[in-house]
Amino acid sequence: MGILEVKNVNKRFGGLQALGDVNLSVAEHSVHAIIGPNGAGKSTLLNCLIGKLIPDTGSVMFDGQSVLGRKPYQINQMGISRVFQTPEIFGDLSVLENMMIPIFAKRDGAFRMHAIESTFNEKEIVEQAEDMLESLNLADARHDHAAAMSRGNKRRLEIGMCLAQEPRLLLLDEPTAGMARADTNNTIDLLKQIKDERDITIAIIEHDMHVVFSLAERITVLAQGTPLVEDTPDKIKGHPKVREAYLGEAA
Amino acid sequence: MDNSRSNLTATTGVLGAIVAFFVVVGLLFGVEATILQTLDGLSKGSAYALIALGLTLIFGTLGVVNFAHGALFMIGAFCAVTLSRVLTLSHTVIDESKTDFLGNPSKIQVPYLYDWFGKETGDAIIDWAVPLAILFSIPIMVLVGIVMERGLIKHFYKRPHADQILVTFGLAIVLQEIIKAFYGANPIPTPAPAAFSGSFDFGAMLGFDPNVIIYPYWRIIYFAFGALLIGGVFAFLQFTTFGMVVRAGMADRETVQLLGINIDRRFTLMFGLAAAVAGLAGVMYTPINSPNYHMGMDFLVLSFVVVVVGGMGSLPGAVLAGFLLGVLEAFASMGEVLEVLPGLNQIIIFLVAIIILLTRPRGLMGRKGVMEE
Amino acid sequence: MLGLDKKDFRLLVIVVALTMLAPFLLNPFPESSGLAQFNAGYPDLMQRFVIFGIFAIGFNILFGLTGYLSFGHAAFLGVGSYAAIWMMKLVTLNVIPAIIMGVIFAGIFALAVGYISLRRSGIYFSILTLAFAQMSYALAYSVLTPITGGETGLQIKATDRPILSNLEPGEIGRANLFGMDMRTSFELGLGDWLFTFNSGYYIAAVFMILAFYLSIRIFRSPFGTMLRAVKSNQTRMYYTGLNARPYTLAAFVISGMYAGLAGGLLVAMDTQAGPERMFWTASGEVVLMTILGGVGTLIGPVLGAGAIKYMENILSKINKDILHQWFAILPDGIENFLVTIVYPFVGKGWHLTLGIIFMAVVIFLPGGLVEGGQRIARLFGRKKAKGDAEEATQSTPAE
Repeated sequence: MGILEVKNVNKRFGGLQALGDVNLSVAEHSVHAIIGPNGAGKSTLLNCLIGKLIPDTGSVMFDGQSVLGRKPYQINQMGISRVFQTPEIFGDLSVLENMMIPIFAKRDGAFRMHAIESTFNEKEIVEQAEDMLESLNLADARHDHAAAMSRGNKRRLEIGMCLAQEPRLLLLDEPTAGMARADTNNTIDLLKQIKDERDITIAIIEHDMHVVFSLAERITVLAQGTPLVEDTPDKIKGHPKVREAYLGEAA
Repeated sequence: MDNSRSNLTATTGVLGAIVAFFVVVGLLFGVEATILQTLDGLSKGSAYALIALGLTLIFGTLGVVNFAHGALFMIGAFCAVTLSRVLTLSHTVIDESKTDFLGNPSKIQVPYLYDWFGKETGDAIIDWAVPLAILFSIPIMVLVGIVMERGLIKHFYKRPHADQILVTFGLAIVLQEIIKAFYGANPIPTPAPAAFSGSFDFGAMLGFDPNVIIYPYWRIIYFAFGALLIGGVFAFLQFTTFGMVVRAGMADRETVQLLGINIDRRFTLMFGLAAAVAGLAGVMYTPINSPNYHMGMDFLVLSFVVVVVGGMGSLPGAVLAGFLLGVLEAFASMGEVLEVLPGLNQIIIFLVAIIILLTRPRGLMGRKGVMEE
Repeated sequence: MLGLDKKDFRLLVIVVALTMLAPFLLNPFPESSGLAQFNAGYPDLMQRFVIFGIFAIGFNILFGLTGYLSFGHAAFLGVGSYAAIWMMKLVTLNVIPAIIMGVIFAGIFALAVGYISLRRSGIYFSILTLAFAQMSYALAYSVLTPITGGETGLQIKATDRPILSNLEPGEIGRANLFGMDMRTSFELGLGDWLFTFNSGYYIAAVFMILAFYLSIRIFRSPFGTMLRAVKSNQTRMYYTGLNARPYTLAAFVISGMYAGLAGGLLVAMDTQAGPERMFWTASGEVVLMTILGGVGTLIGPVLGAGAIKYMENILSKINKDILHQWFAILPDGIENFLVTIVYPFVGKGWHLTLGIIFMAVVIFLPGGLVEGGQRIARLFGRKKAKGDAEEATQSTPAE
């Protein structure tokens, strides 16, 4: 049993079958990549995992519990954190505050009326946040506006915010989309470091093969809403079906 | 495709609800009262629909929430006031044939128009000041709209909606205070031409007893004028190249710009057009309610509710909601209704708005993704 | 100090000093001088400064922190007023229970309105709050006349016999605080200056200081941080395991309670309540105050409320004769010309000045008077000024 079990998931948008009988099992402590050409249903699948969409049929279980019908914040509290294609951070807040919020969320849950104590008197939380910033090499920027950071640093911050929650599953949606080569490599290094240092499962949706083959332990190839093959990176590389899906019949 | 289908079912649903509504009120209050209230509602609804149409045009094309739109309606009304004042500009003559109470020859005011056209024609022109103001107000309103867009609104395209609301709210205050400074705080009666001042026996025409369904001519004219204007705007958007580009721009601004079309200039003109529509609604409204400086704000609050009920960014939605709420308000004002539910006429529009917004978040005909932050 | 850091504490001390010394500070001109009309140190106006200050501080907790622009906040002020006056008519003329009632009822009403309105955001939220407020106004004006007194509103009448206050037969009750009449004033004449110390003002001022202190605590708390997170990025908020809805609802109710406090205090000062307090222009006014002063800043709303109430009461009293007096030294032609130019902006036309200033602030100075102060301080770039600017920056977390 994997930590994330997707069984017979179907999703239609009008006449379009976006997902057809998707089965997927992500093993705990692994890095699992989901790849596929444009329109393969990667984003739809991801949205079904985090509560943004509800599949027409099928089940999505996380650690033995169904995620279907739960709100995104509830799914997050179950232990799934998500990194977005375009970094979603609190642009108007300082970098340190950005890092403190997920730590508060972990400690206090989805809502807590905590209106009298001063934020920065929460020494433990400040400390944890500063440690995390330190490990991301963002400590110098801690009093800056998050919106003022470079794209690469925003990405680091977002990943760090997800990690600060100590999730059991980290979902990454094309984390290097639109990035310069140097930033991409930095992100890959950061993810490798996370994989080595932390007790965490990573599921990554990616377009960039360089990223996928540097990180993934298992790869699922999605085409036209259905998983084509699932295997180790080495096997996937030479797989005829994959070549076909990506390059068309002519290849 | 899924979207258009659900839109279709929504439209049939709305139409069905409207038919059901009329059947019910017809049975409840009788056919005569139903017709009368519907007429009343339609003429009131015309004003809502016209203002809401302009608001939606501006919102749909420019993405700006214009709180100063009511002020444009008010400026239109004051165009009519101004014209009627200009037409009655007079000079003093001494009339030897009459004397005042001291026995001196009395001074009387003679409009210049008498000198130029003679008394009869002069009087006729003065009498027709309001309809004439239509011609007079169009260039003024278009100009006001363009100046507003180029001078102020343009700089707020990229700012948050809250800032747009705030700056146009400030502009609305400024505009209404300027009007107050020039015209004072009291309503200024501006009558319709004498030919239209009576009432029309609608019932007799339809074969009911005479004097059962009588209705002021001017309100019927207002409704007809509103319907014509709305039809004109839709035809303009539907059948001209200009309108086609604007509609395309409403749907996808970036793509249209990529095609090398200067969408900005068209949108500026669009703002002028929306201002003219609001202005004309104001001009024609003067005989119904004497214009005062805060009439714009009074209408704006309701028109915004109308736009939201219709669906932000949907032109047919704005028109439909305008007439719908006008009619509902008319029925809610009936004595029989107020006996059972006192005060309903005061709150019906807001009540409907709250219910619609909570059950159909995008309004009656709103599109997905508009104003959803 | 008091759970505040040094800079916030200094700001609080300044506010306390300003409100306590207001009778002096607002009366800088001698009685006999021509400038005496600019004195704002009379009880009625000073009370309005602090009461609307409370209203704006509360509004800022919602709009400044979460970015939700309510166009119907006057409804809560109105509900607070009605609750307070009924408490005084029926139970006791002591202002404290009346004010508490005002806060409670406004809070309950805000909970109901907020629960529904907050299901939408952006312009939809603004329109929903506007619709609720206009509905409340219309109902208070017409159907609910037995409760609200309709158009004339409610006053304390000779027939009102509050059960806990011992009134002589025929005596008309007066608002008091444990026996101290709200209208008691002590006048201090110093040479040509006259300073009025009014008990009602000081009671309202104490409430404002408490309200201000509480708002600093909220701004600096994790709750305040969460509210700013709501404004900044709701998507990230939800995907960080936080439910934004109860946070915004809590902010909405708190700011509604602030409005109720202001409404209760208004009643405590003048013992009357009417529906016009709920009209949407009243809701617009608190928006103007907050923006003018500096939205999202601590002190801004208080400054904005003061500025608008000052204009409303002082600028509006300037008439043509006064203008002629001012420009009397100039030659007649220029005098008349200047009077003609200036007149539309003062007296009855003060709204025009307000509208222009407001637009200018939204366009050029989105941070309001507070940002203006910072810019001026920076302009003078001296060491002292620099320190102040830093302090001001510190007090604007939502920037």
